[in-house]
Amino acid sequence: MSALKIKKGSTKHSAYNLRPTFSEHLETHTLAVIVDNEPGVLARVIGLFSGRGYNIDSLTVAEIDHEGHQSRITIVTTGTPQVIEQIKAQLGRIVPVHEVHDLTVEGRSVERELALLKVSGSGDKRVEALRLADIFRAQVVDSTLESFVFQITGTPEKVDAFADLMRPLGLQEVARTGVAALARGTE
Amino acid sequence: MSKAMTGAKMVVQALRDQGVDTVFGYPGGAVLPIYDEIFQQNDIRHILVRHEQGAVHAAEGYARATGKPGVCLVTSGPGATNAVTGLTDALMDSIPIVVLTGQVPTFMIGSDAFQEADTVGITRPCTKHNWLVKETEKLSATIHEAFHVATAGRPGPVLVDIPKDVQFASADYQPRNAAKTQRYQPQVKGDMEMITKLVEAIETAKRPVFYTGGGVINSGPAASQLLRELVDATGFPITSTLMGLGAYPASGRGWLGMLGMHGLYEANLAMHGCDLMINVGARFDDRITGRLDAFSPNSRKAHIDIDPSSINKVVRTDFPIIGDVGHVLEDVLKVWKARGRKVNREGLQRWWAEIEEWKKVDCLKYKPSGKTIRPQHAMARLEALTKDRDRYICTEVGQHQMWAAQYLGFEDPNRWMTSGGLGTMGYGFPASIGVQMGHPDALVINVAGEASWLMNMQELGTAVQFRLPVKQFILNNERLGMVRQWQELLHGERYSHSWSEALPDFVKLAEAFGCKGIICKDPADLDDAIMEMIEHDGPVVFDCLVEKHENCFPMIPSGEPHNKMLLGEASTKDAIGAKGAVMV
Ligand SMILES: Cc1ncc(C[n+]2csc(CCOP(=O)(O)OP(=O)(O)O)c2C)c(N)n1
Ligand SMILES: [Mg+2]
Repeated sequence: MSALKIKKGSTKHSAYNLRPTFSEHLETHTLAVIVDNEPGVLARVIGLFSGRGYNIDSLTVAEIDHEGHQSRITIVTTGTPQVIEQIKAQLGRIVPVHEVHDLTVEGRSVERELALLKVSGSGDKRVEALRLADIFRAQVVDSTLESFVFQITGTPEKVDAFADLMRPLGLQEVARTGVAALARGTE
Repeated sequence: MSKAMTGAKMVVQALRDQGVDTVFGYPGGAVLPIYDEIFQQNDIRHILVRHEQGAVHAAEGYARATGKPGVCLVTSGPGATNAVTGLTDALMDSIPIVVLTGQVPTFMIGSDAFQEADTVGITRPCTKHNWLVKETEKLSATIHEAFHVATAGRPGPVLVDIPKDVQFASADYQPRNAAKTQRYQPQVKGDMEMITKLVEAIETAKRPVFYTGGGVINSGPAASQLLRELVDATGFPITSTLMGLGAYPASGRGWLGMLGMHGLYEANLAMHGCDLMINVGARFDDRITGRLDAFSPNSRKAHIDIDPSSINKVVRTDFPIIGDVGHVLEDVLKVWKARGRKVNREGLQRWWAEIEEWKKVDCLKYKPSGKTIRPQHAMARLEALTKDRDRYICTEVGQHQMWAAQYLGFEDPNRWMTSGGLGTMGYGFPASIGVQMGHPDALVINVAGEASWLMNMQELGTAVQFRLPVKQFILNNERLGMVRQWQELLHGERYSHSWSEALPDFVKLAEAFGCKGIICKDPADLDDAIMEMIEHDGPVVFDCLVEKHENCFPMIPSGEPHNKMLLGEASTKDAIGAKGAVMV
C-alpha cells in the first residue's frame, strides 16, 4: 500500500498492528553481581532498580574477597523476559560491577536463606511448634519458658512454609537474610 | 616517577597531563585552593561563567565541537546542585565531561556544614560514575580514571568531589598511566558472525534504510567517514536522528533528512516502509519510534551500539551488534567488499522511485510572507548566508530547534550542538560559548527561542569578558512556541502560560552588557541584518521578530505511527487522541 494515499492530516487511517507487543509474562530470576567493595556501590545498584522501576524481591550483600575488595550482591528480581535482560545489561554498565550472572538461566544453582523466628506460646502450641521445627530441621537458638527463637535455613519457599506454620502457633517476629545463591557443579 | 604536591596542585597537574586546555568554572569557598593554583599557571585557561549550569553546558558544547572531554570546576553545595541539569543533559546525550566539585573538609562531612551537600548522592543517577576522594594519595589517579570513564565506551559525564582538606594535604602525584583503567573496558569490536549476517541482509534488501544517531558522531570522525563510504557504495538511503546530523552530509546523494516527530516526510515513510533498517548509533528514542506497536512493521532491524543496554531495550532487533560504530562499520565494509559488493539493484531502484515520490511532497515547503518573517524563512536565509563558512550551530529547545534541524544543512560531524535527550531550555547559549572556545576563529551561531535564551542570558557577561564572538540568533515569537503548539493541538487552544510576557528589549539588553544588539522584523531587511551580525567582530544578540502562531510541521502526533504525519498547511485541530496526550 502506498503511504502516499494517506490523506494529509488524516488521523482516522488505521495503523498497522503486526508486531506483537512484548510479553506480559513475568519471570523470577536470581542474579549474582560481583562488585568492587567501594563506597556507594550498593546505592548504585539499588538506585538503578528504583530509578528504572525494577522489582527487588530479595537482596543480600557481603564482602567475599577481602584482599581484592570484592563483594557479591545476590538479587532476586521479577519482570518480563525483556526487563530481566535490561536489568542485566544495566547492571553491567555500572563501573564497579565486574560480573553479572543470571543463576536462573546459567544452569542449576543452589539458593539458601537463613531466618530467625520468634514464637511465643505455651501448652500444646509450644509442643507443636517444637515438633514442626524438628521436621523442618530448624534449631532452637534461644528459649524462655514462653518463647523460642528458631533458626532455619533453606530455600525461600521452605522458610515461607515454616513461617506460615508458625503463625497460628504464636509467631511474633521474623528476621530473614535474603537469598544467597551459587551455581552447582565445578565451574 | 612520582612527586609530592598538594591536592590542589595535583588537580591542575592531572588536567595538564590529560591535555586539558580549557576549564569552565565558578569559584567558591570549597575550591579556593584549586583556584589559587589556577591563578599561578598559564597552561590551562579558565573561563568564568555566570552560573554553574552555564559551565556544564559550555563544557558540553566544547566537547561536542572538539571531540575532547569538557571540564568544569565548581564549588560545593549550591555550585554542585547548579551543575545537576547539565550533568543530566550530558548523560542523556552521551557527552564526555568531567566535573570537579569542591566539598567541605572530610571531618565535617555529614554535619550539615556550611555549603555542604551530598554531591555524590545527588549526582549518582545523573553521572556515568562519580567519586568522593577522601585521601590526597588517591586524588590524581582518580582524576585520571575519571577521564578514562568519561571518554571510554559510551561517553558520559563524570564527577569528582574533592573535600577542602584533601586539596590542602600533600601526597605523591600519580601520573596518567597509573590510573585504574582496566576495570572499565567496554567492548569495541563487533561480533563477526552477526556482522556477516547483516552483510547478507544488505545484499538482498529491497527497501533498506540507514537510521543513524549521535553514536556515529561520538565514535569520532573516522566513523562518519566510514558511514559515508558505506552509504555511497551501497546506494542506500539514510536518515538521522536530531543527535546524528552531520555524520552524513546533507548534500549527500543518499540523504533523506532528519526523521522523527518533526522529521521529514520521506525519512519517516522510508522508516515505516523499509524491509531492512540499519540503526547505527541511535537508540530507538520515543520521539523517533512514535507508536511502538506500529513502528516499521515489515522490516528486519539491525542495531549497532556500544552500549549493550541499548540493544533490545525498546525495539527487538534481528541483528544486534555490540561495538564501537567505527570498528563495526569498518568490518561491515570489509566483509561486504570481500563478498563482492552486492546489493539488490532492482529492488533499490524501485525503492528510490517510491522515495522520490515522497520527496515531491516537499514537506518543508512554506510561503514566505511579505509582511512578517516566517521562522522557516529566517532559517532558510540563515542557511543560505552562512553555509559556506566555517560554521557551528547550537540551539535552545522548542520550535526554533526543530526549524533549525529541518532547514539548516550539516556537511560534517561535530557542527551541531543541541539538547536532544533532555530537551534543556537554556542549553544553547552557554554551549555556544564552549564551542567558540574550542574553535576561536569559527562562526558560532546559537539559534534560540526568546524564552529558552532568557534561561541562561547571564552568560552574555562571559561572552563579553572573554571576547567570544558568539551570535545569538533569537527567533522571537513572544511565545513558548512549542508549548503553545501542543496546547493548540491538545488542549483546545487554551494557551495557559505559554506567552512570553514582559520581554526585555533585546537590543538594549545586549548594549547593557557591552555588546551589539540587532532587531529585525521586516522580511526585506533580513539578509542585510544577518550579514551585519556575521560581520560584526564580537558577540551579537539578534532579535528576529517572527510570526507568532506558526506551527512546526511535519509532525507525528504522539501515539501515532510514522505514516500518520501532519503536514504543513494541514489542519491540526483535534489531531491527537486521548492516548497520545498521555505520552507527550
Ligand atoms: C528547562 C525547561 N523547562 C521547560 C521546558 C518545556 N518546554 C519545551 S519547549 C518550551 C518553549 C520554548 O520557548 P522558546 O524558547 O521561546 O522556543 P519556541 O518554541 O518559541 O521556538 C518549553 C517551555 C523545557 N524543555 N526545558
Ligand atoms: Mg518563543
